[in-house]
Amino acid sequence: MDAKLSLQNVSKIFGSRPKKAVPYIKEGLSKEEILEKTGNTVGVYDASVDINEGELFVIMGLSGSGKSTLIRCLNMLNNPTYGSIYVDGEDIVQYKKDQLKDFRQNKIAMVFQHFGLFSHRTVLGNVEYGLEIRGVSQEERQDIALKNLEVVGLKGWEDKYPDELSGGMQQRVGLARALANDPDILLMDEPFSALDPLIRREMQLELLDIQERLQKTIIFITHDVNEAFKIGDRVAVMKDGRIVQTGSPEEILEEPADDYISEFIKDIDRSKILQAENIMTRPNALVSLKDGLNVAIKEMETNGISSVFVVDRKRSLQGIVTIDDAIKGRQNGQSLEDILIRDVEQVQLVDYVQDIIPKAAETKYPLAVVDEENRLEGIILRVHVLTSLS
Amino acid sequence: MLSTIWEKLNVFPDVSIPLGTPVEKFVNFLEVNFEIVFDIIFNITSTTIVAFDDFLNWLPWTVFILIIVLIGTFFQSFKSGLLYGFFMFLVGSFGLWEEMMITIAVILTAVIISIFIGIPIGIMMAMNKAFSVIMRPILDAMQTMPSFVYLIPVIFFFPLGNVPAVFATIIYAVPPVIRLTELGIRNVDREVTESAESFGSSRVQMLTKVQLPQAVPTIMAGVNQTTMMALAMAVIASMVGAGGLGEQVLIAINRIDIALGFEAGISIVFLAIIIDRVTAGIGNRFQRSEEG
Repeated sequence: MDAKLSLQNVSKIFGSRPKKAVPYIKEGLSKEEILEKTGNTVGVYDASVDINEGELFVIMGLSGSGKSTLIRCLNMLNNPTYGSIYVDGEDIVQYKKDQLKDFRQNKIAMVFQHFGLFSHRTVLGNVEYGLEIRGVSQEERQDIALKNLEVVGLKGWEDKYPDELSGGMQQRVGLARALANDPDILLMDEPFSALDPLIRREMQLELLDIQERLQKTIIFITHDVNEAFKIGDRVAVMKDGRIVQTGSPEEILEEPADDYISEFIKDIDRSKILQAENIMTRPNALVSLKDGLNVAIKEMETNGISSVFVVDRKRSLQGIVTIDDAIKGRQNGQSLEDILIRDVEQVQLVDYVQDIIPKAAETKYPLAVVDEENRLEGIILRVHVLTSLS
Repeated sequence: MLSTIWEKLNVFPDVSIPLGTPVEKFVNFLEVNFEIVFDIIFNITSTTIVAFDDFLNWLPWTVFILIIVLIGTFFQSFKSGLLYGFFMFLVGSFGLWEEMMITIAVILTAVIISIFIGIPIGIMMAMNKAFSVIMRPILDAMQTMPSFVYLIPVIFFFPLGNVPAVFATIIYAVPPVIRLTELGIRNVDREVTESAESFGSSRVQMLTKVQLPQAVPTIMAGVNQTTMMALAMAVIASMVGAGGLGEQVLIAINRIDIALGFEAGISIVFLAIIIDRVTAGIGNRFQRSEEG
C-alpha cells in the first residue's frame, strides 16, 4: 500500500542563506555551532518517513528537537527549505497558493498546544470556522459543528466563550474544530501538554476512542515518552532536527537505535507498553490429549521441565500436567485426563504486562498465553515478567 | 598655535541648507494645483461639523444631560452617570454650553476622520514591514513636532475656522489609532493566526474574521488615545479660528481673565473625563460582544 503521507528528505532551515548551513550539518555540528557560524537555525534536517492511512503516528522529542517545525511543514505553515512532502501522491511543497488553500480547507486540520481558539467567537463559532471559510451554508455548518461538539462531549456548551471553559474543555473545542472539517489528516501539536495529568490521561483515552471510530491519519507530537508509547501505532524519535529512530513502541523499547534513545526511554513504564506476546516464549514442549501419560513424561524429561501444557487437536488449551502427578498417575494406572489440572491461569496475547504481574505472582505454574479462540500461543514464566521490566 | 586652531574650529562655515524652502514650495504647489480637492474636503468637513453642531444645539440641554447620564450608567455605573451629568450642568452654569457643543462637534469630526484614515494605515503597517518602517518616523514627527507648526500649512489650504482646526487636530491625534491598530494586529496570538491559516483562510478572511476582531480592544484603546489628544488640541486649534471652549481659553489669556480661563479650562477637563471613561468602556464591551 502506498503511504498516505510521505516525507522525503525534508529540511527546514531558518535564516537568510540556508545553503551555508548544509555542509556544517553534514559535518555533524550542533545547532548552536551552526547558528554561531552561519546565523541560520536548523529546524529539521533530512527527515524521511512514510505514514500510512489510518495510522496514529507519534513524533517524539525534547523541546528544540524540531518536532513542532516538522509538523508545521505538513500543512505548509512552514515552507520546507529542501525536500518533498507527498500526500496521496501529490507533492504539497509544489502547490500553488490556491491549491494549498484547497488542501488546507479539505484534507488537513490541526490542533494546537495552546488551543489557538478564537476568543471573540463562541464555542460554536469556533467549531464552525473551517466550514465558514469554505463557504458552507449557515444551517449546514451549524449542524456539523453541533454534531462534532457532541463527539468530543461538549454538547450544551456551544454558546459559551472559550475563556469560560477549562483547559481540557478548550482543547476539546480545538479537536471538534479540527474534526468538523472532516480532514483525512489530523495534525496534533502537543495537544495535551498544557493540560494537567488527570485530564491528559482522560483526553488520551478519548482520542484513541475517537480514532477507533473515525480512522483518521493522525500525526501527534509530544515530548512525553509515556504518552507517545501509549497512544502511538508507530513512533519517530527526533533529536537536533533529525529523526533518529522510527518504529513501533515495542521495537523502540526492545532495540533502541542509540544511547540517546536508551536514555530517553529509561523512565518509561514498560509494563504499560509491553504485551504478553512481547515477553512470552513459544512452548518447546506440548502434549496432546490423546497422547497419554508416557508421552507427557517423556516430553518433560527430554526438555528438563517440571510441567507441560496439554492441548487438543486444534491446539486449544486443555490444562497442565506436572511431572510428579504424571509419575504418580502412571503407578496408579490413571490416564492423562485424570490428572489434568484444568484450572490454569491464562492471559490474552494483547494483555499488558502490568495486568500479568499479579497473575504471575500467584500461580505455581507457567502462565498460558492464548489467542481469542483459546489456542495456546506461548507461555510466560515468572522470570520472563521480571526481565521484561528491566 | 593651539588657540588659533581652536578659534577656527569654533567658526561655523558659511553654508545654508534651506530645508524649509522646498517644503514651502511644496505647500504652495499643492495649494495652486489641488484647489478643487481642498474645496471638496472643506465642504464635506464643514458640512459634517455644522451638522453635528446643529444637532447638538437642537437637543434641549435637559435631554443632552439625560443622555450623558444614561451613557455613563451603561458604560460605567449609575453613580458615574450622575457625576457626568452634573459636570455637564456645571458647564451650562458657566454659560459655556454652546461653546462646548462646538468643541464636541469639532472633536467628533476629527476623531471620525482619524479612525477612517488611521485604521487602514495601521492594517497596512501590520501587513507590510517595509511600510511600517517608513511610517514610524513620520508618526514620531507628527506627534513630536510642535503643533503650532502645522497650523501654518493647514490655513494655506483652508479658510480660517473650524475646518483647518479639524485637520490640525487630525495630524496631531491620528498616530495613536494607527500605532495601536498595527500593534493590535501584530500581537494577535501566533497560534490563533496559525490556526486560522491552517484552515485555509484567505488573507481577507484572516483579517476580517480573526485579526481585526482580536485586535478590537487594542484598537479601541487607540481610539481613546486619539480622542484625548484631539481634546488636548482644542486650545491650539482655536488659534486658526476654531470656536468653542478653546477659543474662550484663548480670549481669557488675552484678557488675563482668570475666572473665564478657569471655567473654560475645567470644562475641557470635564469633557475629557467623560469621553475617556466612555470610550474606555466601549473598548471593554467590545472584548466580549464582538461576534464575527
